[in-house]
Amino acid sequence: MAIIVNRPKLTFVERCYLPSILAGLAITWKHLKRALFKKGIVTMQYPEEKWDANMPEWYRGAPTLVSDEHGKDRCVACQLCEFICPPRAITIKPMEIPEGDQWRKVEKRPEEFDIDMARCIYCGLCEEVCPEQAIYLRKDYSITGLNRAEMVHDKKTLYKLGGVMKGLVFKWNELK
Amino acid sequence: MDTVKILHFLTTPWVFLLWTSFLKSFIFLNLTIIVVSVTVFAERKVSALIQDRVGPNRVGIPLTLFGAKKDSFFWGLGQMVADPIKLLTKENFVPAGVNKFYFWLAPKLVMIPPILILAVLPFGSTLFGIPMTIAEMNVGVLYIFAISSLSVYGITLAGWASNSKFPFIGGIRSSSQMISYELALGLSVVPIFMICGSLNLNEIVDWQIKNGWLVSPYWPKGFELSLLLHPSDLIHALVAGLSIQRFALWIPLLISFIIFLVAIFAETNRLPFDLPEAEQELVGGYHTEYASMNFALFFLGEYAAMFAGSGAIVSLFLGGWSCPLIPDGSHGWFWGLVNIGVFFVKVSLMLLFMIWVRWTLPRFRYDQLMKLGWLGFFPIALGNIFLTALILAFIHH
Ligand code: SF4
Ligand code: SF4
Repeated sequence: MAIIVNRPKLTFVERCYLPSILAGLAITWKHLKRALFKKGIVTMQYPEEKWDANMPEWYRGAPTLVSDEHGKDRCVACQLCEFICPPRAITIKPMEIPEGDQWRKVEKRPEEFDIDMARCIYCGLCEEVCPEQAIYLRKDYSITGLNRAEMVHDKKTLYKLGGVMKGLVFKWNELK
Repeated sequence: MDTVKILHFLTTPWVFLLWTSFLKSFIFLNLTIIVVSVTVFAERKVSALIQDRVGPNRVGIPLTLFGAKKDSFFWGLGQMVADPIKLLTKENFVPAGVNKFYFWLAPKLVMIPPILILAVLPFGSTLFGIPMTIAEMNVGVLYIFAISSLSVYGITLAGWASNSKFPFIGGIRSSSQMISYELALGLSVVPIFMICGSLNLNEIVDWQIKNGWLVSPYWPKGFELSLLLHPSDLIHALVAGLSIQRFALWIPLLISFIIFLVAIFAETNRLPFDLPEAEQELVGGYHTEYASMNFALFFLGEYAAMFAGSGAIVSLFLGGWSCPLIPDGSHGWFWGLVNIGVFFVKVSLMLLFMIWVRWTLPRFRYDQLMKLGWLGFFPIALGNIFLTALILAFIHH
């Protein structure tokens, strides 16, 4: 069914444009005057002012590796994140945990764990797929580097960025 | 011995005309380019302020590189230099498939006409007895119309030579915009010629100095600062300025002014009539495929056209370089410089107004624009001429 949209009948003054143009000019003038004295400015001066405090809990920033409050690095080098990562940003070189190590029963840990931040699309699939709750997208968003090599986060950087995450499932303990 | 000869040679009339003209052109052109870069900066800053933003405020002098504690930003004024440098150092990329010759020619065709217009604008009274118009022409205003409509060729050519659909639409729009506006533009100034009796911009300005700016309905006759001390003379001057004819003529002149102003907006492709560019619809319109210096020429052309248009408005309606109570250049070089300053101040205010309008109004639709041109301004401008003629014929001083 056709919908009829009635166009409002404009009076002569309205069809002249000029009054409404003047009204518009008055409005923009008001803003100009206010902003000239640094009032009512809605933008932030980025590097000096940041919005970090208001970022939501679920913000997807740079992916990082976390350790838990018991001091255990959580990644077990299962490589699931490497496989799911759409742009193939993750490269893991697993290693066997040697005999006599406290966590020998875990069997594997990453020897190298690189995330190429020039490739990462911050999709969060790695976080979702990880069976060990080891990889989390944290709130860092200003990842910069002067060349491609600098954009690759290695294991050390990833653990540093990730830090300690409390309240995760306590899976690998002495008893289990 | 030689200095005398050289001086003699330099003061022979035609040589004198030649080198003063060259000097004036050179200085005025450079001033224009400076004004253009300041306008671009003002455009960015004003647009930001209108939208409650801060605008460019970073480019300054990196004093920290030289060991100082803080960088000096100068309110971002360095942006005026940074923008041209960026445009100059970019790669001048020419897409495959364009018509190389016309692609190369088009930006020049856009930039040249506004600069040619500057030749007839009286930007000052006299300086050391030299008139501050590069070419005093008795067909000044006609020259402006003839030249300014040429820039549409550059735009159309750019659209066509780019061999790409958005520029093409932009080019076509530009030409159709021109035919709907040129007529109203030309007709709207006819009342001025009828009143001033001249097409020469200098004479129009002179008329305005004697009889007051054309946009004002009333002008005290022979008003001077010293009159404030003699109340009776003052009242006499104020009363002498009153005239029914002048007041009646104010109506057609105001209509002329508005039509001319709007038409200049259309002529310079400024919002609300920037249909050939229309970033949101046509990417960049006619200059979509251009990069680097070629693009900069379009940019320069647009802003130089704004400058020339403002100069024309100021000369025709707002009293040119004159300002009440300020004597002209025949009273000494200082006043000559002040007159030039007055002209530039008026033009700057006009430019500011153009920027202000740009960030206030939305773009007109294509058909609305043509309708406004053909059914609105064209008949009104035509009727306006008759109105002026009637007033001039039947209402005497
Ligand atoms: S966030 Fe997405 S793209 Fe980035 S590393 Fe994780 S899976 Fe790969
Ligand atoms: S981060 Fe998680 S998914 Fe990736 S290898 Fe380690 S344990 Fe497996």
